Amino acid sequence: MSPIFADVLQVSALIVALALVYVPLGDYMAGVYSSKKHLRVERWIYRSIGANPDTEMRWPAYLRGVLAFSVISVLFLYLLQRIQNHLPGSLGFAAVTPQQAFNTAASFVTNTNWQSYSGETTMGHVVQTGGLAVQNFVSAAVGIAVAIALVRGFARSRTGDLGNFWSDLVRTTVRILLPLSFIAAIVLVACGAIENFGNWHDLTTLGGGSQGMPVGSVASQEAIKELGTNGGGFFNANSAHPFENPNAFTNLFEIFLILAIPFALTRTFGKMVGSVKQGYAILAAMFVIWIGFVVLMTWSEMAHPGAALQAAGGAMEGKEQRFGVGGSSLFAVSTTLTSTGAVDAAHSSLTGLGGGIAMLSMMLGELAPGGTGSGLYGMLIMAIIAVFIAGLMVGRTPEYLGKKIGGREIKFAACYILITPAVALIFTAASMALPTPIHSAANPGAHGFSEVLYAFTSAANNNGSAFAGLNANTDWYNTMIGLAVILGRFLPMVFVLALAGSLAEQRPVPETAGTLRTEKPLFAGLLVGTVLIVTGLTYFPALALGPIAEGLS
Amino acid sequence: MNNSFRNSARLAWAALRALLVLTVVTGVIYPLAVWGVAQAAFNDKANGSQVKVDGKAVGSSLLGQNFNLPKKNPNDPKETAQPDPKWFQPRPSAAGTDGYDTTASGASNLGPTNPQLVQTVNDRRKQVAEFNGVSPSAVPVDAVTASGSGLDPDISPEYAKIQANRVAKARHLDPAKVAQLVADHTDGRQLGFLGQPTVNVLQLNIALQQLAG
Repeated sequence: MSPIFADVLQVSALIVALALVYVPLGDYMAGVYSSKKHLRVERWIYRSIGANPDTEMRWPAYLRGVLAFSVISVLFLYLLQRIQNHLPGSLGFAAVTPQQAFNTAASFVTNTNWQSYSGETTMGHVVQTGGLAVQNFVSAAVGIAVAIALVRGFARSRTGDLGNFWSDLVRTTVRILLPLSFIAAIVLVACGAIENFGNWHDLTTLGGGSQGMPVGSVASQEAIKELGTNGGGFFNANSAHPFENPNAFTNLFEIFLILAIPFALTRTFGKMVGSVKQGYAILAAMFVIWIGFVVLMTWSEMAHPGAALQAAGGAMEGKEQRFGVGGSSLFAVSTTLTSTGAVDAAHSSLTGLGGGIAMLSMMLGELAPGGTGSGLYGMLIMAIIAVFIAGLMVGRTPEYLGKKIGGREIKFAACYILITPAVALIFTAASMALPTPIHSAANPGAHGFSEVLYAFTSAANNNGSAFAGLNANTDWYNTMIGLAVILGRFLPMVFVLALAGSLAEQRPVPETAGTLRTEKPLFAGLLVGTVLIVTGLTYFPALALGPIAEGLS
Repeated sequence: MNNSFRNSARLAWAALRALLVLTVVTGVIYPLAVWGVAQAAFNDKANGSQVKVDGKAVGSSLLGQNFNLPKKNPNDPKETAQPDPKWFQPRPSAAGTDGYDTTASGASNLGPTNPQLVQTVNDRRKQVAEFNGVSPSAVPVDAVTASGSGLDPDISPEYAKIQANRVAKARHLDPAKVAQLVADHTDGRQLGFLGQPTVNVLQLNIALQQLAG
């Protein structure tokens, strides 16, 4: 079988698998957020929290819940790392330094999972399992909760109520993420991912050398790391590590886990706003961008431009033999178009164009299909912009899903799409302008600039993948990246929830002959165009200095 | 003012309790449940797929390892390890100074146009060709590139094939038998279309040792 044909089959198998779960998973999630019933375990959790899950919240209250939970999470995770040396199962590792602990805490709470440490020499059992893996669950749940609040903003009218944050948080964790992660974790163990709480010990290798045997609760964390689009590797090599990703099947399975919830949420959205066709239009726009980037990335990696890759005869630097170029390209696009940031190959060693696509994927705002929740709300914001542009063209007040898109709504949407590029570009510019931060780059010239641009793009978009040549464990990068992930996560959420509140208060506009049909292919096309143009224009100058300059050299 | 402070405190207290109870559910109960099933049903895999020779674990079938000659002076950090011609060699590795260091998994992270990587690739091609007595053009891509994890357990069937004669010579074995061993240890794409064909170096070398007796 030719490698290209095998790769086409591999991508097709993934699409079929995603299509099979789309309707059941999407409908199930819609049911979770519409149900009036509480499970027994949920009642017990609400009692422990002291919250009434049936109280409706307006957007400021919902936002306060999100922020309070996240602030407490950052403090708790910071503290856990700082006292690691006193915890049982610390594997002899010291307390994490203050800057790195702040960076890691901010990064995991914001669903970014940027890592300036290597797991195998920094984090013991308790921090991994009771700290980092927990945030993998709850940060994903917070993202989905905010997306659902926005969907309710569209679905409801003449009320400011957006649901209950505690209920959305708990239900997402208990009814969606936990059962799916459990199944996925068992599949991963069955394929060879490790799951133990042992101690590192050295073995004498066959050739007479010595090698340490890694330990940890890897499979349970790996499952939620992909499913919750978190991406923080248990080990430094992330999903390239054979104990995280043992073979070609698990590689495809992990990509499936990354994409399953974000794609299916478009069905949940369609169900909740009362027209599954509206969900299909959003899905179509996401899918077109995803498949287009997969084709581009795979083509670039197979053609392997670049002096070093030409000398080697293929783009296998930083890639695993069992995955090959096809499996690694598919993973790279899927991880950067969601907010995952897990990697099964070294992104820094991708071809110039391939690295550029990975960066552009994040710059689009990670909305094809995007992170759990953040992808859906990102795409819905873009839909509002698209409707607005269409409205300008025909000279009509734009409306979307029966809601008027007036000045207030557009202001929130515009702030949303401006905040992330502003953080990414200003922080990159500051790093280039100051005398020391540039010394962290491992590669000379344009690639060195790309490393810094990639780092802040990844941070501001809450992705977490890296051109890992950059030594980010410095005071500057630990602090600035920590700030970037927080600004890039919570400021957009403020605008999303404010928008949701504003939409929920409106009375519905009746559909007329002049209403833009947002469930049609024409609108999906307009949406793709809007996404590409808005982000393309914002980032083009920066891309020209980095990957484009490198690709042309 | 006093009121809003009290409200914030109450909210923070609720958030803390929510985090703690969710930590119990997702950070204690969930991993222990997975651990229980994993240890009961997939004990071998959950503990690292260790491979035993004569009852002694020599590594994991999922992790690559070095097959180097002993260093002349183990305390000299400048001495680079030399490959042992009696074994099939794995891919180059960027994990740790000598490669295949499980405490330092990772890639070289060198960019596609980095002059240092061009030099390294050319040096490796020359070294592998000379070491195995083949022409530089016969050296496949996986033999001159470091993997993503630095712990890649596999090589391509092509890389295994060009090593067979050298190994047979070093061990005074019939080259046909060693070639047959490589063929027996070549795995096609998983399910016929996933990933790439592989040869697991540790498994191949264990079989080789048994063949040599």
